[in-house]
Amino acid sequence: MKANNSITAAAAADKRNGLARGLSHSLKRLLGMRETGLILIILALFVVMSFASPYFLTWNNMRAMAMAFAVEGIVVVGMTILLISGGIDLSVGSVTALAMVIAGLLFLSGIDPWTASLISIAACTGIGAIMGFFVTRVGLHHFIVSLAVMVIARGLCLLGTGGRPLGLYTLPPEFKFIGQGSVGPIPVVIIIFVVVVAVFDFLLRRTTMFRKVFYTGSNEKAAAYSGIRTKKVIFLTTTLSSALCGVAGVIYMARFGSAQPTFGIGMELNVIAAAVIGGASLSGGTGTIFGAILGTVLLSVVSSSLVLLDVSVYWQDIIRGSILLSAVTIDHYINKRRG
Amino acid sequence: MPARPAEEPVLSIRKLSKSFGPIRALRGVDFELKRGEIHALAGENGAGKSTLVNIIDGILRPDEGEIRLYGEPVNITSPAIAQQYGIGFVHQEIALCPDISVAENIFMCRTATSRTFLANARALEREAAEILKDLGDIDPRQKVATLSISQQQLVEIAKALTLDCRILILDEPTAALTEREAQLLFGIMRRLAAQGISIIYISHRMAEIFSNCDRITVLRDGQYITTLNIAETTPDEVVNAMVGRIIGNYYPPKLAPHERSEEPILEVRALSEKRRFREVSFELRRGEILGFAGLIGAGRSEIARGICRLEGEVTGEIRLHGRPVEARSYSDSIRAGIVYLSEDRKGDGLFLDLSITANVSALRVEQVANAFGIIDERREREQAETLGQRLNLKCDHVGQPASALSGGNQQKVALAKMLSVNPKVIFLDEPTRGVDVGAKAEIHRILRNLAQSGVGIVVISSELPELIGVCDRVLVIREGRLVGEVSGDEMTEGHIMYLASMGEPRRLAS
Repeated sequence: MKANNSITAAAAADKRNGLARGLSHSLKRLLGMRETGLILIILALFVVMSFASPYFLTWNNMRAMAMAFAVEGIVVVGMTILLISGGIDLSVGSVTALAMVIAGLLFLSGIDPWTASLISIAACTGIGAIMGFFVTRVGLHHFIVSLAVMVIARGLCLLGTGGRPLGLYTLPPEFKFIGQGSVGPIPVVIIIFVVVVAVFDFLLRRTTMFRKVFYTGSNEKAAAYSGIRTKKVIFLTTTLSSALCGVAGVIYMARFGSAQPTFGIGMELNVIAAAVIGGASLSGGTGTIFGAILGTVLLSVVSSSLVLLDVSVYWQDIIRGSILLSAVTIDHYINKRRG
Repeated sequence: MPARPAEEPVLSIRKLSKSFGPIRALRGVDFELKRGEIHALAGENGAGKSTLVNIIDGILRPDEGEIRLYGEPVNITSPAIAQQYGIGFVHQEIALCPDISVAENIFMCRTATSRTFLANARALEREAAEILKDLGDIDPRQKVATLSISQQQLVEIAKALTLDCRILILDEPTAALTEREAQLLFGIMRRLAAQGISIIYISHRMAEIFSNCDRITVLRDGQYITTLNIAETTPDEVVNAMVGRIIGNYYPPKLAPHERSEEPILEVRALSEKRRFREVSFELRRGEILGFAGLIGAGRSEIARGICRLEGEVTGEIRLHGRPVEARSYSDSIRAGIVYLSEDRKGDGLFLDLSITANVSALRVEQVANAFGIIDERREREQAETLGQRLNLKCDHVGQPASALSGGNQQKVALAKMLSVNPKVIFLDEPTRGVDVGAKAEIHRILRNLAQSGVGIVVISSELPELIGVCDRVLVIREGRLVGEVSGDEMTEGHIMYLASMGEPRRLAS
C-alpha cells in the first residue's frame, strides 16, 4: 500500500511538473513562433512609418492598404494550402484574370452578374481540376503544369477580350457592393477576406480532412503508408487553389467595375512569397494560414510605405525580392539550429 | 599486449568535445586507431558515435580536443580535406545520384577533381568493373536507380575504395545487406586491413563485430567508456559497457508449449502477386510471434505489403478471425485491423517534421475527431501521451517534432501509430533496424506483451539472431515462395540460412 501511495504521489508531482513545463513550453513556443516575429516586424514598420509619413497612420491609408491585400489574401489562402500539400501553382494570376474575363463576358452577353460569377468560379474550379488531373493521374510536376496553365489562361483572357479591358458600366449596384461597399466603416471586401481566412485557418488546424493535407505534404509515401489517399488530397488542394482564384477574380470585377485581361501579372510571385514568408515550405508539410496572411500584410505594408516615401517603382520590386530572400534565409538558419 | 609499442597510431584523438546547443554530444572522448586494424565503434544511439566519425570526416567541427593523424596535429575542416588526408567515409544513408551510371557514381569524387574536362566513360567503366568484381555482380553501366538498396550500398563502398584512403569509416554498412553480401564485405575489409588500411566500423550487430573486428571502443552518453581487444572480451561485456547496466537476457521469454494455441488469428491462402510472390499460404496463431525470414529481395516485405493491400495486384484469400477480409486499399485493411510498420522509418514510416501527436494519430485521425471531422486536440494529445507512456517513449513533450527523437524513440512513435487503431494483426518490417540495444530489448518486450494480449504479430527481420530470439515460429521465404517453416530446436541460423538460400553454395557461415 505504502509503495502504491508513493507511486501515486510521484505521479501527481510528475503531472504538476509536467503542467509547469507545459506552460513554460507554450510560452517559449509562442515567442519562438514565426507569427510572433512577423507581427513584431509589422508593428515596427508601423511605428517607423508613422514618423516618416504623416499620411501613413490615417484611416484612408489603412483602408487602402487593407483593400489591397484583402482580395489577394484569398488567393494566398489557396496557395498556402497547396504548398502545404507539397504543390505549387504559378497560374493564380492568370486564372484570377480569367475569372474576371469569363464573368465579364457572360454579363455582357446578358446573363445576370450573380449567375455569371458562379459559372466563372465553377470554370476556375474546372481549371484546377484539370491541373490536378495532370499532376495526380498523368504524373507531371505542379510547376510545369501550372506554368502551362498560366500561359494558356492568359491567352484565353486576351482571346476573349481582344486584349482590351471590358468596361462593365451596367453592373447593378447590389453586385458592385461586394467590391466597393461598406458595412458601417468596414469594406465588404475585408469582411469577406476575414471570413475566408478564419474559416480556412480553422479547417486547416482542426479538421481531419485538412490534417491529411499536412500528412501528404510532409511525407507523401508515409501518408500513403498510413492509408491516406494522397493523390486525392493533392487533386483537391490543386482544385481549391484555382477555385479561390475564381472567387478573388469575381470580387476584383465587382471592385473595379471592369474585367482586365492583363490583371494579375506577377501575382503568383507575390502570393508565393507571402506564404513562404509566413512559414510555408516549398517542400510541403509546414505552413499556417495566419502566418501567410501576416506575410501578405507585411509585403503590402512595405509596398504602401515605399509609395508614401516616394521610392521609385523599380526599387520596390528589388526591395520586395530582398525581403523574401532574407525571410527565407533567417528561417533556414533557425531551422538548422533547431535540427 | 604491448607487442610493438613503438608503432605510432594512425589516428589519435584526445579529449574531444562537441555540443549542439544544450546537448553535449561528446564529452572529452579519446580514440586511437592503429595501422591495419578493424576497429569497431559501439554504443547505443545517441552515444556519440556518429558525432565522432563526423568530426573525423570534417563534417562537424569539435569544440575542444585534439586530432592527430600519423602523429601530426591536424585541423579537418571539411570532407574534402578529410579526403586529402586519406579518410574515406561510407555513410549509413545512401548518397548516390540515381540517374547516372554506377561507374560515374563510383568515380564521382575523382571526376570532380580531375584536370581533364572529359571523363573517359569506357575507361571509367573498365576500372569500375575491376573494383566491383570483388563486391558482387553489378554492371557498371547500369543506372543506380535500377539497383536494389543492398547493391547501392555496395556501390557506396566501392566509391570509398577508389579514394586510396588510409582510413576507412563504415557507418552500419551491413544494415541493408544480405548475409552473403555482408560476408563478401567482411572479406574485403580484412583484405584492406592486411594492406595496412585502418577501418573504423560502426555496427549494432555483436556477431559481426566479434567475428570481424580487432578492437572495439565503446561510447556511452557522449563519453569514452573503454577500448577492448575483441579476442579478450565477450559480447556480454561489450553490451554491458554500452548500456551501463547488466542486460541479463536480450530477449523476452517465448511461449511455453502449454501456452500454444491452434486458434488462427489470420489465415492466408494461396496469396499471389504477378511478379512478387506466388501461392503463399500460412496462418498466424493466437499468442505467437511469427517471423518472416529470407534474403533481401526474397519477397518478405512484399508479402506483408500485399496482405495489407499497400501494393501490387494480389489474389488469394485472407481471413481474419475466421471471416474473409474484403480489403481493396490499405485504408480498408486498416479498418479491418491489419496494419504494416514500414522498414524505412525515415522514408515512409514517419512524418519527421510533424509533431509526435500528429504522427501517432496519422493512421486514423477520425478517431480523435467528432462527427463533423473536427479534431479534438486534447483527445489527440492524450492518445499520444497514453500510448507514449505504454511504450516508454522518451520525449520532452508530445508536441515535439518526430525528428527530435533518437532512432529507438522514433520507432516507438511509429509503433504507437500502429497501436492507435487497436489493430488485430501487425506486420513489423525490420522493427529494430538502427535502434540501440536498450530500446531494442524494450521493443521486443512490447511485441511479446502484444502477442499475449491477443494481437497477431509478424516480424520481418534480416537479423537472424533477432528472429530466432523473438519468434515462436519462423517462415522462410525464397524468391517469392514460402520454402520452409522452422520452430523450436530447428530454429538455428544455419538452418534458416540454408532454407533461405538453398540452391546456392553454402559459404555463409564463417
